[in-house]
Amino acid sequence: MNPASGLPHPDPRAAWRDVRADFPTLHQQVHGKPLVYLDSAATSQKPRVVIDALSRFYERDNSNVHRGLHALSMRATDAYEGARARVAKFVNAADPAEIVFTRGTTESINLVASSWGGANLKAGDVILLTEMEHHSNLVPWQLLAQRTGATLRFVPVVGADAEGGLDLAQLDALLTPEVKVFAFTHVSNTLGVINPAASLCAAARARGIVTVVDGAQSIGHMPVDVRAIGCDFYAFSAHKMAGPTGIGALYGRQEFLDAMPPYQGGGGMIAQVDYTTARWKPSPERFEAGTPNFADATAFAAACDYLDGLDRAAIARHDTELAQLAYEKLSALPGIRLLGPRTDRSGLVSFAFADVHAHDVVTFADEDGLALRGGHHCNQPLMRKLGLTSTTRASFYVYNTPEEIDVLVASLQRILKFFAG
Amino acid sequence: MSADLTELYQQVILDHNKRPRNRGTLPTANRVAHGDNPSCGDQCNVYLRLDGDRIAEITFDGSGCAISQASASLMTTQLKGKTAAEAENLYEQFKDIVTTGQPPEEISDLAAFAGVHAFPARIKCATLGWHAALNALKNDPTTTTTESHTD
Repeated sequence: MNPASGLPHPDPRAAWRDVRADFPTLHQQVHGKPLVYLDSAATSQKPRVVIDALSRFYERDNSNVHRGLHALSMRATDAYEGARARVAKFVNAADPAEIVFTRGTTESINLVASSWGGANLKAGDVILLTEMEHHSNLVPWQLLAQRTGATLRFVPVVGADAEGGLDLAQLDALLTPEVKVFAFTHVSNTLGVINPAASLCAAARARGIVTVVDGAQSIGHMPVDVRAIGCDFYAFSAHKMAGPTGIGALYGRQEFLDAMPPYQGGGGMIAQVDYTTARWKPSPERFEAGTPNFADATAFAAACDYLDGLDRAAIARHDTELAQLAYEKLSALPGIRLLGPRTDRSGLVSFAFADVHAHDVVTFADEDGLALRGGHHCNQPLMRKLGLTSTTRASFYVYNTPEEIDVLVASLQRILKFFAG
Repeated sequence: MSADLTELYQQVILDHNKRPRNRGTLPTANRVAHGDNPSCGDQCNVYLRLDGDRIAEITFDGSGCAISQASASLMTTQLKGKTAAEAENLYEQFKDIVTTGQPPEEISDLAAFAGVHAFPARIKCATLGWHAALNALKNDPTTTTTESHTD
C-alpha cells in the first residue's frame, strides 16, 4: 500500500487510516478505551512486515554471521550484509561500508566521541553543541572533554519557549578556529524544531570542522540523504523508524572511518592477533566487535522497505500536519505553554500547564487510552533554561489521525477541569 | 473517571497539592536533606529544626507531581512534634498504606494515599519526601532517591 505517492487517492486521509491496519499493537483497548498511541518519539510501533521479518529470520536463517561455511551461516551473512546495503541506501550513503551497525543512536554517538574524538581532540579544542541536545548527544561529549581537556560550547536557542529554534545569527561567531567538531540534532525531541542540517554542515565544513548529526528523531520522519546534508557522521536508531529495538547505525564518511581506531575490541574486528598485539580490519567490521545483532538487522532492513513504500516525503508532510493541528488545538487550552516553533515543526508537540504537573497529566490521559510521555525527555539543561522541570509530549507517526488529536484535547480539558477543582 | 483514579487523586491530596502546608525553606533549620528522582525529575528538600530528639519545625520545597507534593505537604503536618522513632514508625505505616492499599487501624489523614497502591509507578512519588525526612533525621547528607532500575 502506498497512500501518498503513486495514483492520487480520492481521500488522502482515508489512505493514511489504512496504514493503521499494518500495526498490530494499535488494535487494542487500554482501560476500556481504544489505544491512542502518541509516544512514537520515544519508540514507534512496528508494522507486521517488520515483526514477520524478525521471526522469519529466527525460524529459518538463524546462524552466526561471517566465517561461516555452512548454508545457514551463509544465508545469515547475506541477510546481515544485505541489511547493511539497505540501510546505506536508506540514507544515500556512497557505500555500504560507511554503515556501522550499533545498538542505536546513543552508541553511535559514543563511538564517534570515543574513537574519532579520542584520537583527534586535545586540550584547548572546542566541541560545539547546541542547547537543545538530548543527553545522548551531550554526555558523550562531556566525557570526551573531561578526557582530553577540550571544552564545550553551545549554540543558544531563541525565545522564552524556544520558538525561534537555534540562534543561527550567532553561528559564525561560534565557529572559531578552536572548534574541531560540531554535533547537533537534526530534529529536537522536545521542541520539534527541524534544524537546517545541510546549512549547518556547510558552515562547519567551510572551516574544516567535523560534523556529527543526531538523527534519532529525523530518520523515520523525513527523507534523509547524508550526502545532500554533507555531514561527516549521522547517528540513528531503528526503533524510532518502525524497526526493532537494540539496533541502530552510524553513517560515517569512509575517509573518517578508515582513519579511526577501534571503539571496542573482540572477535570479528581483527585481521591478526598475537598474545600482545592485534591488527584490525577496515571499517565497518573494525567497529563491530563481538557477535553483531544480525537478526534485528534484517528487521531494520524491512523497516527501511516499509517506510520507503509509504514515501518518506509524504510521511514528513503527514507528521507535520498532525503536529501543527495539535499545536493549534492545544494552544486554545487555558494556561498551556507550548514549546518550539508554531509552524514547520516535526511530528511532536511538548507542552506544560501552570498548575498541573506532567506526570499527573500522563496518568489521567492513560485512563482515556492515551499513551503520552511526561518528564524532562533527556533534556534537563534545556528544561532548566526554559524554567521548566517537565513537559508532556504528544508525538505522531504514520498511524496517527486527526481524530486522535481530538481525543487528546478532550482528555486534557477534562484533566484541567478536575485540577481546577 | 475510573474509581482507581478518583481513589488516587483524593480531595485531601488535591487540597495539599493546591495549598501546600509548610512549604518553603526554614531559616532556623539544623538539618536539611534532599530527595531526587532523576528519571521523573521530582525533587524534594526537607528542612528540620530538631529540638533534642523531637521535630520542632519541619518544612519542604521542591517540584514534582501532585502525589509527591501533596505527600510531602501532608508529611510535614504529621511529623511536627514527633520524635525520630515516632517518625520512622509513621513512615512504616505510610509505606504499608501506599503499597497495600489497606488503611491504617487508627484514623489518619495518611489513609488518603491508599489509592496509590493501584498505581505502582507512583509509589516512589509518594515516598520521596518521607525518605528525605528520614535522612534529615539521621543527619545523612546523601541525596536520597526512591527510584530503582525498574523506574
